[in-house]
Amino acid sequence: MKNREIRLMQGNEACVEGALAAGMKFYAGYPITPSTEIAEFCAQRLPLIGGKFIQMEDEIAGMAATIGGSLAGLKSMTATSGPGFSLKQENLGYAALAEVPCVVVDVQRAGPSTGLPTAPSQGDIMQARWGTHGDHPVIALSPTSVRETYDLTIKCFNLAEKYRTPVLLMLDEIVGHMREKIEIPHPEELEIYDRLKPEVGDENFKAYRVEEGQIVPAMAAFGEGFHFHVTGLMHDEFGFPSNDSEVADKLLRRIMNKVSDHIDDIVIYEEEFMEDAEFVVLAYGGTYRSARSAVKQAREQGLKVGLFKAITIWPSPAKQIKELALKVKGILVPELNLGQYAEEVERIVAGKTPVISLGKVNGEAITPNEILDKIREVL
Amino acid sequence: MNKQHEIRLSGSGGQGLILGGIILAEAALIDGNNAIQSQSYGPEARGGASKAEVIISTEEIDYPKVEKPDLLLALTEIAYKKYIKNLKDDGVLLVDENVNIDNIKESIKVIKVPIIHTATEKIGKSMVANIVALGAIQELTKVVTKEALETAVLKRVPKGTEELNKKALAAGYDLVI
Amino acid sequence: MSSQLIKNNFRYDRLPHIWCPGCGHGIAMKALAQAIENLGWDKKEVCVISGIGCSSRAPGYLDFNTLHTTHGRALAFATGVKLANPDLKVIVVTGDGDCSAIGGNHLIHTARRNIDITTIVFNNNIYGMTGGQYSPTTPTTEFGTTAPFGNIDKPFDICKLVEAAGATYVARGTVYHANPLTKLIEKALLNKGFSLVDAISICPTYYGRKNRKGTPVHMMEYLKDAAVDVKAAAKLPAEKLEGKFIIGEFKNAQEPEYTEEYQKIIERFKKER
Repeated sequence: MKNREIRLMQGNEACVEGALAAGMKFYAGYPITPSTEIAEFCAQRLPLIGGKFIQMEDEIAGMAATIGGSLAGLKSMTATSGPGFSLKQENLGYAALAEVPCVVVDVQRAGPSTGLPTAPSQGDIMQARWGTHGDHPVIALSPTSVRETYDLTIKCFNLAEKYRTPVLLMLDEIVGHMREKIEIPHPEELEIYDRLKPEVGDENFKAYRVEEGQIVPAMAAFGEGFHFHVTGLMHDEFGFPSNDSEVADKLLRRIMNKVSDHIDDIVIYEEEFMEDAEFVVLAYGGTYRSARSAVKQAREQGLKVGLFKAITIWPSPAKQIKELALKVKGILVPELNLGQYAEEVERIVAGKTPVISLGKVNGEAITPNEILDKIREVL
Repeated sequence: MNKQHEIRLSGSGGQGLILGGIILAEAALIDGNNAIQSQSYGPEARGGASKAEVIISTEEIDYPKVEKPDLLLALTEIAYKKYIKNLKDDGVLLVDENVNIDNIKESIKVIKVPIIHTATEKIGKSMVANIVALGAIQELTKVVTKEALETAVLKRVPKGTEELNKKALAAGYDLVI
Repeated sequence: MSSQLIKNNFRYDRLPHIWCPGCGHGIAMKALAQAIENLGWDKKEVCVISGIGCSSRAPGYLDFNTLHTTHGRALAFATGVKLANPDLKVIVVTGDGDCSAIGGNHLIHTARRNIDITTIVFNNNIYGMTGGQYSPTTPTTEFGTTAPFGNIDKPFDICKLVEAAGATYVARGTVYHANPLTKLIEKALLNKGFSLVDAISICPTYYGRKNRKGTPVHMMEYLKDAAVDVKAAAKLPAEKLEGKFIIGEFKNAQEPEYTEEYQKIIERFKKER
């Protein structure tokens, strides 16, 4: 195989390159630091391949148009940061209930409110899980490097199409803005998933019926000849609104289960230095890099510390964390918020092992030394 | 070259420091090493104290931020005052001749040269001060090779300015020999 | 309604609709269906999109590609659909609250882009679905459940608003003048650009009761008496227009359309690559 192209690339750019490799043809968004480069690269690249870019009048419209683009048959994406992520929540819920695949990128910055617009943060972790009202399925991935941003953006599109649900790429300013080496895979190395479509002219097509052996209903695009209805109301198999409590219950459980029944397909994680580990650092996103540096230094000092990288943060790698809890004397969760994911880890381990939260919210990254100090303090 | 070398380029916004950082990192990649470039933008697009950071390493780079740089470039006094305290005790300070230096630790190696003057008078374009500085950094640290740096510069600069930038690079080498 | 019209354009099994007896929305919906029928459009290409409110239930009854979105956002969803597939004939059905309050920003910006979307406002001057609160088109001094002492807001003229924002086809009709309304919608559908028809409807249940407007028949008679055609209005002195409102076509112009302009960028830069 010929050599892969090696480039210095920014995280935000890698997100766009990954999206294009996954088949993105539509982007709608609104400028917001530190995600704006994603919109800029999309504006530049999409028309060249016959794709569509539009800068909408606000964040809400960016999310709405992204859903519209997907319903018209194109793989669609939008990107934002904290304040915009808040504004997108209602329509994110719409996409979840109406089962419209799309990718939403949140390059997290320090909040709440306008906060520190150019400073890194991981403060939107719980908003990613519970941001929109009502129970809803969530898939959220968080990359730790430029290359991983590329790979996970493709993964986000694949999961969105496969499970017909919005998928969140939780970037942070650290990874979004840094430039590092990336080896760009050849297109033939990539696995690309396209949405399940009904057969042309299928007279029995029901827009929201899951056929035998499938995970989701087949999805027609507007204009393909199926006159189906899409709504944010609870709906029957035809997509028509229904007030029937049984219909509502069945629908909501079905869209929750399509994710919870396929956890092993969705959850990605990595472990390192685990064989004899007595203590583990669990990290995600940009903070993972500090954690890795700290764990390596701890190992050099003879401390038996392991490292767990949560790549899929929602649904959380609960099975793996539970197993971990039985083996180690404690789990340290460093993150750029005041313990949002530590709380999730605590919920999962249910008292089997202590969970120590190391949170930082001053707009600066957590340094390896801060993690190392904490490790030494508790060991 | 040491395993890992950290460089902070500082000055005022608009001096091309981020581009300088990108070029340096790309040169490191051409040499077959790893590099990370990061920056902090001020809310103002021009002026103010701005910095770009580069980490170059023969190995994997975990933590992407520069904490205590091995070399600090300061093109303005504001930037010098803001960033000098983080320079490594045995680090190198590369400053423009216009910057006033006071009570600096003796362990720090100070190189004070006319970077901006060289760009404006010898090359005739103030815009190339960043490239002059890259030449000086290469000569001082050898973190990248001259060949890789020249390739990286020529890849990034506007068409038609290649010769100008080559001259700027050479002038930078000469400043610190 | 002719059975042919129903057969061709409605989801018969979804009827009857949820609107109250005497509501004007059924007439507006029929006018839209009739206009599409008159134009002989291929149903496959027609996409009707709505937001939230009484008006926004219309797409559920219409047998096209239909999308019922979130409150106020129909035009933003529609912009995505239209840009992604410019071959679709995109129609937005909305209400006065949906498009000029919560969706006001999308209304002016969709008009500004002159993207080829036809918007029909089922304008009944009230929030009906939530039970009679005043809307941005409720006249000053009128009553709503949230204006128990009389409305002190000044109402929007939606036609003037979108005309100023850049819409290229703007008209107003009423559900009393059903056939002229159908014609206006037809012309709006044919315009290549952003079109809006302000279809004045009636809400006997809330607006009518709150403001003692009488029976649905009285409210229809008011539409008949108070509406003055734009051409006739031009010849009348100001005092003769006191208490009246103007219907007819306000703007019909040809200007560059958004998706066509975007396609030009694609053609130009694809070639240059």
